Amino acid sequence: MSFEAAEPAMPREHYLNAQRGAWSWLTTHDHKRIGVMFLGALLCTFLLGGVFALALRLELLTPGETVMGRLAYNRSFTLHGVIMVWLFLIPSIPTSFGNFLLPLMIGARDVAFPRLNLASFYLFLLGAVMTVWAILQGGVDTGWTFYTPYSTATGTDVLPVLMGVFVVGFSTILSGLNFITTVHTMRAPGMGWMRMPIFVWTLYGTSIIQVLATPVLGMVLLLVALERVAGVGLFDPARGGDPLLYQHLFWFYSHPAVYIMILPGMGVISESVSAFCRKNPSSYRVLVWSTVGIAFVGFLTWGHHMFVSGQSVLGSGTFSILSMLVAIFTALKIFTWTSTMYRGSIWMSAPFTYVLGFIFLLFFGGMSGVAVAVTSADLHWHDTYFVVAHFHFIMVGASLMAFLAALHYWFPKMFGRCYPEGLGVGTAVLIIFGFIATFLPQFLLGNMGMPRRYADYPEHFQSLHVASTAGASLLGFGFLIIAAYLGWSLRHGRVAGRNPWGSRGYEWHSDSPPPESNFHAPPDFPYRPHDYSRPDTQPEVGHAA
Amino acid sequence: MRPEASVRPVVPQARHFGDEASRQDAAHVGMWVFLASEVMLFTALFTAYALYRYAYPDAFHQGRAYMDVGLGTLNTYVLVTSSILVALAITSVRAGRDMRAGMFLLGAWVLGVGFLCIKGMEYAHHAHDGALPGAWYDFDDFAVPGASLFFTLYWVMTGIHAIHVLVGLGVLSTLVVRALSGRFSAAYHTPLELGGMYWHLVDIVWLFLWPLLYLA
Ligand code: HEM
Ligand SMILES: [Cu+2]
Repeated sequence: MSFEAAEPAMPREHYLNAQRGAWSWLTTHDHKRIGVMFLGALLCTFLLGGVFALALRLELLTPGETVMGRLAYNRSFTLHGVIMVWLFLIPSIPTSFGNFLLPLMIGARDVAFPRLNLASFYLFLLGAVMTVWAILQGGVDTGWTFYTPYSTATGTDVLPVLMGVFVVGFSTILSGLNFITTVHTMRAPGMGWMRMPIFVWTLYGTSIIQVLATPVLGMVLLLVALERVAGVGLFDPARGGDPLLYQHLFWFYSHPAVYIMILPGMGVISESVSAFCRKNPSSYRVLVWSTVGIAFVGFLTWGHHMFVSGQSVLGSGTFSILSMLVAIFTALKIFTWTSTMYRGSIWMSAPFTYVLGFIFLLFFGGMSGVAVAVTSADLHWHDTYFVVAHFHFIMVGASLMAFLAALHYWFPKMFGRCYPEGLGVGTAVLIIFGFIATFLPQFLLGNMGMPRRYADYPEHFQSLHVASTAGASLLGFGFLIIAAYLGWSLRHGRVAGRNPWGSRGYEWHSDSPPPESNFHAPPDFPYRPHDYSRPDTQPEVGHAA
Repeated sequence: MRPEASVRPVVPQARHFGDEASRQDAAHVGMWVFLASEVMLFTALFTAYALYRYAYPDAFHQGRAYMDVGLGTLNTYVLVTSSILVALAITSVRAGRDMRAGMFLLGAWVLGVGFLCIKGMEYAHHAHDGALPGAWYDFDDFAVPGASLFFTLYWVMTGIHAIHVLVGLGVLSTLVVRALSGRFSAAYHTPLELGGMYWHLVDIVWLFLWPLLYLA
């Protein structure tokens, strides 16, 4: 392995400076620019959702009214949930890193439908603006699930939020459609299905869920809207309707939606485990087929959200067992990652720290998922903080860790500069501990009977709530540090060179940042994806160290 | 005069694909995926229909008996014929006869408009009877429990289908214009095929709605 003596230079022309001016960004068809714009928008929604999260934790610091009244609390947790789930977690990795990397990873010059891609971005913006506008109008208090009959009866203005989420759903469908088509028709010559990078596989699985499940959500939101406008009564028992139908249709989308959030994350982790252990994944096939398995079984488990809603015992039992299948596929992935690390040459970089955080949180959160999938146990835990802790471990913990891993791993690819690695690792540790401090107490709270979505609680829960709020503050602080050093590195970071991590990912074959149409010459990928067993052909390793 | 058809004309949009043939492939895959997504949209409604029909068999039986089978069946013929015309248009353009294709498409478009007119007549009739959805339901000689749910589903399902017909008509009208001005050729007619696929979907959905809502 030879280290270059000279500092690498920034490529003279790349996608960031090929065209100049705000207008060239707003009208771009370049998947990389669209990915960057999505990233920017997502960071904004994440910040907004985070502000509401901290407000909630502040209110729960002491029993009784601390900083806000009951209605304000209900509105805050709704907006926190709506923004985080619909406007951040679901679109996060596919639209930002997926858009940026998918064509690069399969050797294409763009996605299949570049204009549709831009349209998808604007639809997302429109939906997000509508939702935020609803906040300014006074807010909604239904929770992110919009359960009927409450959502059709509450006096707050649910319509703009429903329509906002509906529009975001359109954006999701268009992105998914674009990715599926791109994967099917634009792979570089010679790249068979079993030669696609794992991240591409997970984006593909995610896209299928997006395309098939999102329309069902769109329809059910439309029906709720009709119910509010015209009193159609489909979900209203007083008119002969059935509120359970709402839950079935909602969870038919929203359970798979949790895999929309986690699958791309699993792809990020698969990529970075190989890159930072300098080892081939111990089984490429297991990673691929478990992705397919999760995408498929994810459609069959929605009823585990309805164990206490008056579902038949047979139904509950069936959904309980089907849910456990997902855990098997997830476990397969975890075993593959850990055995890839085994005897690897591990580089404790910031992305890898997040990988470790991801695996821990996914494991812990997944186990608690199996626990709540047991019908008898769920009777005790349903609608308590135990469930809150479960889904935060998985969705926020794991998905967010993957998002941060992706952000650090591909930052040099996207912007051509490195960030201070020591600071990155330190902050990662801070975030992981902040995270555990926030949500571990919530498992205990839930088990003791603290219900979710309450603004008040008896005295003896306080110490655990204080711990949780303290953890949340650590988390918030961690994000500020990340924002600061990444922002600084955008301009002042050390120039990365083509492949600062010495990764074998196909995306590092082009310049960092890549030129406008991705490659100067038609790419060819001479080895399998993630192949670390052959001698190093890329001499730029070591620049980020 | 339209430019003579070469087998694989390279047009500017195909730049990032390399050639026009793979661009057309992509367009087809994209359309199929989109249609799958549309099917799921209607699946949610069919699920609701199945559930409430199971819960209120009498109301659904009477509801269907109230519908005008004649008009519903006429509309089925109208839509199927129009779908056939679109298919004929595609065969014509494949044979290089784009004027004829344009005429077929125009015929399909007219039939689509006819479908909406007939549907509108039915709607007017229901509204007159007070057979409206939900809170507006006010149909005195038809007061079995669940009747308003039948009519709600009827309005929502046919209404959303009608919106699809409207969108389809928009697509057809651009296709008519393009076909008549000679934009398509034996080698290049992807938009026509995609538009045709969409129109067939609209037709197929109606083929499910018709027995469920009209045939007792
Ligand atoms: C892998 C990623 C996973 C994610 C992102 C995830 C996410 C979530 C979310 C968001 C909720 C709460 C929904 C609400 O607001 O009510 C939830 C609840 C639940 N999850 Fe998971 N989950 C995951 C894995 C699993 C697994 C593997 C299982 C079962 C083996 C599982 C079983 C459940 C059950 C039974 C509930 C309902 C609990 C209740 O409401 O009482 N989850 N999950
Ligand atoms: Cu679930």
